[in-house]
Order: sequence, then C-alpha cells, then structure tokens
Amino acid sequence: MANHDTEPLLQLKDLKTYFKLNGGAMLHAVDGINLDIYEGETIGVVGESGCGKSTLGRSILRLIEPTSGQIIYKGEDVTKISQRKFRPLRQDLQIIFQDPYASIDPRKSVIEVIAEYMLIHKTYKRRADIYNRAAELMDLVGLARRYANMYPHELDGGRRQRIGIARALSLRPKFIVCDEPVSALDVSIQAQILNLLMDLGDELGLTYLFITHDLSVVKHISDRIMVMYLGQAVEIAPSEELFNNPLHPYTQALLAAIPEPDLSKRDIPFKTIKGEVSSPINVKPGCRFCKRCEYTKPECEGTNKPLNEVLPGHFVACELHK
Amino acid sequence: MSENTILNIKDLSVIYKTDLETVEAVNGINIAIKRKSTFGLVGETGAGKTTTARSIIRLLPAVGHVTGGSIEFEGKNLRELSEEEMRQYRGEKIAMVFQDPMTSLNPVMSVGDQIAETIKIHNPELSKEEVEQRVESTLAMVGILPSRKIDYPHQFSGGMKQRVIIAIALACEPDLLIADEPTTALDVTIQAQVLMMIKDLRERLGTSMLMITHDLGIVAKICDDVGVMYAGKIVESGTVQDIFEGKNHHPYTEGLFGSIPDLKSKAKRLNAIPGLMPDPTNLPKGCAFAERCKYAKDICFQEQPKISVSGTHKLCCHRFDENGNKKEENNGQS
Amino acid sequence: MSENGTTAAPVPQEHLEFKRQNQFKEVWRRFRKNKGSMVGLILLVIIALLLICVPFLVDYEDAITMNMSMKLAKPSAEHWFGLDSYGRDLLARVLYGGRTSIGIAVLATLSACVVGSTLGAVAGYFGCMVDSIIMRALDIFMSVPDILFTMAVVFALGANFVNLLIALTLAYFTNYVRLVRSQILSLSELEYVEAARAGGSSSARIILSHIFPNAIGVIIVNTTLNVAKIILYESTLGFLGLGMPSPAPEWGQIISDAREYMRTAPHMLLFPALAIVITACSVNLVGDGLRDALDPHLKS
Repeated sequence: MANHDTEPLLQLKDLKTYFKLNGGAMLHAVDGINLDIYEGETIGVVGESGCGKSTLGRSILRLIEPTSGQIIYKGEDVTKISQRKFRPLRQDLQIIFQDPYASIDPRKSVIEVIAEYMLIHKTYKRRADIYNRAAELMDLVGLARRYANMYPHELDGGRRQRIGIARALSLRPKFIVCDEPVSALDVSIQAQILNLLMDLGDELGLTYLFITHDLSVVKHISDRIMVMYLGQAVEIAPSEELFNNPLHPYTQALLAAIPEPDLSKRDIPFKTIKGEVSSPINVKPGCRFCKRCEYTKPECEGTNKPLNEVLPGHFVACELHK
Repeated sequence: MSENTILNIKDLSVIYKTDLETVEAVNGINIAIKRKSTFGLVGETGAGKTTTARSIIRLLPAVGHVTGGSIEFEGKNLRELSEEEMRQYRGEKIAMVFQDPMTSLNPVMSVGDQIAETIKIHNPELSKEEVEQRVESTLAMVGILPSRKIDYPHQFSGGMKQRVIIAIALACEPDLLIADEPTTALDVTIQAQVLMMIKDLRERLGTSMLMITHDLGIVAKICDDVGVMYAGKIVESGTVQDIFEGKNHHPYTEGLFGSIPDLKSKAKRLNAIPGLMPDPTNLPKGCAFAERCKYAKDICFQEQPKISVSGTHKLCCHRFDENGNKKEENNGQS
Repeated sequence: MSENGTTAAPVPQEHLEFKRQNQFKEVWRRFRKNKGSMVGLILLVIIALLLICVPFLVDYEDAITMNMSMKLAKPSAEHWFGLDSYGRDLLARVLYGGRTSIGIAVLATLSACVVGSTLGAVAGYFGCMVDSIIMRALDIFMSVPDILFTMAVVFALGANFVNLLIALTLAYFTNYVRLVRSQILSLSELEYVEAARAGGSSSARIILSHIFPNAIGVIIVNTTLNVAKIILYESTLGFLGLGMPSPAPEWGQIISDAREYMRTAPHMLLFPALAIVITACSVNLVGDGLRDALDPHLKS
C-alpha cells in the first residue's frame, strides 16, 4: 500500500489535452485533471467510452502531447522538455495496451518484440545479454520459452497480452499505464492476466494507472479510484470507500448499472440514468453531468466544480457535496 | 415435448469445413426454450454460441454445415424447410439481433424506412399509412421519439442504434428473439438502459428469447434458464436458481464464477481457470475441459462424461452420477 | 505465475538465438509451396536467361536484314518462327524485341517505383502543407488519361529508349505515391507503432523497423504486377506506332506489323503475342505468390 506522507511519484496539475476538430471546434478530451500518484499504489480510472481516460494515460506518457498543465516527475515538469530529452524517461514510464493484436508488430518474433525496448536503450552492452534478459522476462510473465521464436499471430490473446506485459517490464519501469489490458480477453483469461498484473505489482513494487470501463475489475485491482466524465474527474476515493459510499450522482449511476451475478438483485430494476454521453466539444463551464442528473440545480451550471475533500481522502466535484 | 416448448434443439452438431481443417464448432447440444421465457447461453469466445444461434435461423457462413440433430420450432423441424419457407420464418417468427450495432444498419437508409421495410415484407397487405403508424409505434416502444424516424443511423449514438435494431427485430412481433451479445459493444449505463428495455418488452409482448452472452451478471438479471457452453457442448444447464444457487456445478461453471472479480469479497487473487480452450480442430476424446480441470482424473481424459439429471438441473461431468449426486471421491481430491 | 504450470525449464542457449535472416527463408519456403507461382518463376528465369544470352544465339543482323524474296514464309527448320512481311527472321525479332520490351518495362517500373515511393513517403511522413501540395499536383496528373499523356510525351520528345522510359514512368508513378502514402498513414496509426514510441524509439527507427517492413510487401507485389502491365502498355504504344523507331524490333510493333497479314500469315501474330502472354502471365503468377508469401498471417 502506498505511503501518502511521502512525495508523490507523479503529479498531474491541471492537465488538459484538447483536439482541434475540422471546422475549428475544440474537443476537450482531458480537461483539467489534478492527481497525485504515490509510489506503489494502483489508481483505477473508470469512465465510459469518450470520457478521456485513454487520452489521459497517453498524455501522461506524452504519446499524445498535452495542451497545457504540468506533469511533475522527479521534481521536474516533463511536459516542457523535448521529446528527445523525454526519451530516457520512458524507461521509468511505461504502458500496456488494450488490444493484444494491434499493439504487437506482426513481423517480429516474440523474443524480438520483448527485446526491442532494451535494444533501443542499450540496456546491456552485449546483445546476448539482452536476449537472455528477454527470456527471463518470458519466465516472469509465464510465457514458456518455446514460444520465443514464434510470431505473435500464432498465439492467442492471453499469451499476446503477456508479451505486451513483458515488453512493458523490460526497462524496469516504476510506473505503468494499463490501458484496458483485459477488456479484449475472455473472462477466464482475463482473470489469469489480472492475477499476473497484481503479482508483478507486489513483487516489483510497481505503480499502476489502471484504465478500464469495467467497475468490478477496477474495484478488484485498485487502491484508489478516479471516476471520469467527459474529460473531468468527478470523484476520487479509496476503492472500498467509493463502492460503499459513492457520492457523485454519476458514480452512483455507474455502480447501479453493473449487472451482478447474484439472483438476490434480480427483481430490483436498474436505476438507469436518462440520455447518453455526449462529446466534450466546445463545452461551457459547469458540471458536465447536469443534463442527465436527477438532482440538477441552477447552480450546477456556470462554473466548473472543483474537487472537494468531503471525507478524508474522498474527493467529489458536485454541488450537493461542498 | 410439451406444448410449452417453443424451440427444441436436439443433438445439434455443426462443423466448419475448409480445405485445410475441420472445426467442430457445436457437438451435439440440446436446448429447450419454454414459451415466454428467456434462455441464456453463456460461454467464452469460440464456445459455439453464435454458431448455435445462426444454425437456428439457418444463416451459417458458407463453410458451416449442420451435420446432425434437429431444430424444432413450434413442432416443425427447421432443418427440413425449403429456403423459401425458411425465409417466412425469419423476421416474422424468429428474429435475430447481432452484436455490433454499428454495422447492422444500412447507413444510407433512414431508420424509419428500415423498420418499414421489414414490416412491409411480412405484411404486404398493409397500406402506406398503416405501415407508417406501425413504424412510429415500434420506435416509441423502444423509447425513441417517433419523429426521429426520418433520421439516418449516423445521427444516432451506439445505444440508440442498438434500440433501433431491436425495434426492427420486434417490428413483426416474432415469437422468438435471438439476441447475440446485444449489449457487449455498449457502455455500462447504456447497457443497463437497453437491458431494462428488453426485459420490459419481453414481458409486454410475451416474446420468448435466446440470449447469448458471456456476462453472468446479465444472465442473473434477465434469464430464466441457462446453458453453459464449453468447446461446442453444453456442460451444464438448468434454471437460474440451479446455476446461481445450486450446490453442484460443473468445474467450468465454477471456474467462470471464480474468474469474475466479486464486488463484495475482499479476496485479492482471482480463481482463474488455467490454460486455454482446446483446439476445436482437434478435440480430445475425453472431456474437453479435463486439461484445465483441477478435479480431473484418468477417466476424464479417456471417456466423454454422461449427462446427470436432477430435476431441471443437468450436468455433464464424471464427478456426478446419473442422478446428479456427487460420486464418492476416493482417489482424487475434492 | 507460471502459465498452466508448463513454464519450461531454461532452454539451451542456442534456442534463444534470434532469427533475422529467417524472414527471407520463411518467405521463400512459403513461396515454394505455391505451385503456380513456382511455374511462373521458372518461366521468368528461363525468359531472363534466354534474353541475356540472345547475342550469343542469334545475330542482330537477322532481325533487321530484309529478304523480300522469302517474305511471309511459314515456320521452317531454318526459321523456327518464320519470316515477317519484310522477310526478317521472326525468331530473332521476337528475341531482340523482348530485350527492348522487357528491359523498358523493368526499368520503367523501377523508376516509377522509386520516384512514386519517395514522393509518397515524403507526403505521408511530413503531412500538412507538403502533403497537400504533392497530392493536389498528383490529382492534376491523374486527371489526364494515361495513354493520352504518354502519347503527348513521346510526340513531344521523340520516340527512343530514354523518352519511352520517361513517358512510362510518368504514366505509372502516381500509383506508388498513393500506395506508399496510404501505407505510411495507416501504419503510423497502429498501436504497435505507438508502442515503439512508448519504448523510446526515434522516428527514423520507427520508419525503418516497423513501418517499412510492413509496407514493403505491398510495394513489392505492386511492382511485379506493374511489370506485366507495362509490358502490355508498352506493346500498345508500339502498336500505335509510338514505340521504338523502326527497324529496331519491339513486341508491340511486331504485332502492329502483323495486323495486315493476320489471315494470310497468322504466325506473324501468334509468336509475339504468345511471348507477351507468357511473360505477363508468369510475372503475374510470381506477383500473386509473393503477395501470399509476404503476408505474415498466412504463415503456418
């Protein structure tokens, strides 16, 4: 568990990533995220498609350039340095992708994919050492060494995702963005990969930013959870707390919508919220959920709602909780 | 079979045959769907769920062949119908909703026209006004403003499109609706909306349903009977109570439940099922799950298990005798 | 953490040798499996050897010396393919014509490929303004029908080997610009390119090690198929009287000459036509085989 008294490993300050659309409109994909990430913790980021959670993960790693705001790592704002200077930092900051098919070059063998990052950063002087280390990584993620010279398409989704994990671990990173790493996998394989990620996290002392749309997964793996809606964080709380005491109406709606494999709730209808997620294009200040919210008041519009700490460690951005 | 059964699948087997290989997709399954009830078919990718559904409406891809068994719908074997007769059944008596709402609609036709098309095919006697009225009432039924019938698919969001697709499927008030993962492509709040709508419509129209899903949560919410499918076989079936509250289970069903992160328990590690589904081009001669099963004994690798029946609950596992009682375990751990 | 409990004990070191040269071996292995393509390849090799050795087999003089007394003679032991309307040996003409026709086709394809791919890569990689300028210029180019364009160039510059090459290059490079540009654009969107960037790859490394190897298959296949197309196209030019100046032999021109005698001396048409068909077919067969062999998903 993370120690919150120490300096955070990574700090996001008012991070914004906008995309310019044809016609000049602005899509506010990530709109002012503030988050302190402490060493060793797993932060879950949940939200529905289009809420900006993937863009957030990629902005932290500067795979997408943030529009404004700061990302402070080791006391330095890494959004201001050039891509070339950022490159060495990539050894510490890594990512595991959602799609185990698209994220691996089909023309490289398994061992080449895993060794690639080490070859780029010349982690070892001798190539043989790099390949040895790659083989060790295969052991670590539970991939039999006999797959080393196979091509990715000869393997199933679960094994391919293990390749992606081995590759992300190859540079001994401190922080890994997991972008929906299990949502493309079947339930039984999903459980294998989740177990692997948790074991590795404990063993290597990794810090995860775990992005997912699946609330049961995020509950299971995270220490703290951030709920995003249209580019903004609406609630941040420790995992247990968020599920036991969701305060934001959107979080409540999300939790109520999970179909649980439990017959006792069979006849309780879902408490559905009206409408659907829109796109955050040229948004006006104010709570972005207010159009779908049953508690909307006139004050909800007009100004952006800051995250208030209503209970220790439990932040929520809502007029109802100040 | 009793009057109460709308669809009765017996010993259905389907293969996909290409020059290179033969995939045994469905291997002798039995499903009985009761009138006005919902049957949930659960399983992972490649278990044969979609193949089963497509065999019912006879829309298998060209390489797919039904090799045995019968599919009786209201007492008629669908396999013996001519293509012409089958077309009468599709849409009018049996409708299907596919997984992907993005590609199931024609992008250059307004949604109203697409619904009207289906209605006209099956009710040629209706006048233009009557068709329009039916279109509007169908849209209203799935919670879309009737005035939006002039809009095109791209003007709708994913959840709305899936509603339109369900509206098209229900436009002719079919007796059986086959829904193949209808909410998998949707966000959870939208999924909740669509599921509630399906549940509500089913009760109002009295449609029987075959619900294909990989999500046990959805099964618990809307299905009455369940079949768990693995490598082309139904390994366990029964009422939702049998599956969710019963004591005896097939090890695969157990594994599926263990793989879902539980919202209540604090256990950190999931009880994942090790390994992978067997290669459908080369199925083992014994139980297909034996290799991943923690209870597996020698017999499991040698012989196909027989069906054990206790009441509505059926199991296909060597651990249980024909009455569904757990056999004495003397040489294995329990 | 072991998968299925099957994590193997450490495998001997040589097992971990990574296989680079393997790529070509692998492609060759799969190419060999395709019977049609192998037939095409063997035919191509024979054609190539034959054309290279022509000067040692037949005298060029035979191809251009007229022997009016024997004009339109049928194939015989002395003249395997017979003689044409000017009494020239048809075998010599078809062989020397092949040197010119196939030579031009191969060179024109290569130059079209180089020019087009470079422009396409520049447009795709730099994007924005450069892309717009190149693509709009290309649109203008493509709005003129190929044949009209080539005819204009040959008329303006005169018909000879180099000018034909220029004309054919200009007619065919546009395909490559579009092809390479779209490949670069679509490949750089892929997640594995993003993954390479996440690992700290520079743009140059990404292009060389991820984009290029994945695009090369499509380009190679397109190139081989283009050779066949250009042979036919160039024959069309020859047929229209826009090929190499007389009396130099060239396939299209031989056919064009044979036109008048189609009924009286069909051999004059048959042999050059066969030559074109066989060459074009074998090149196409090889191209098809390459396309399948280069697709990693078909690897079994």
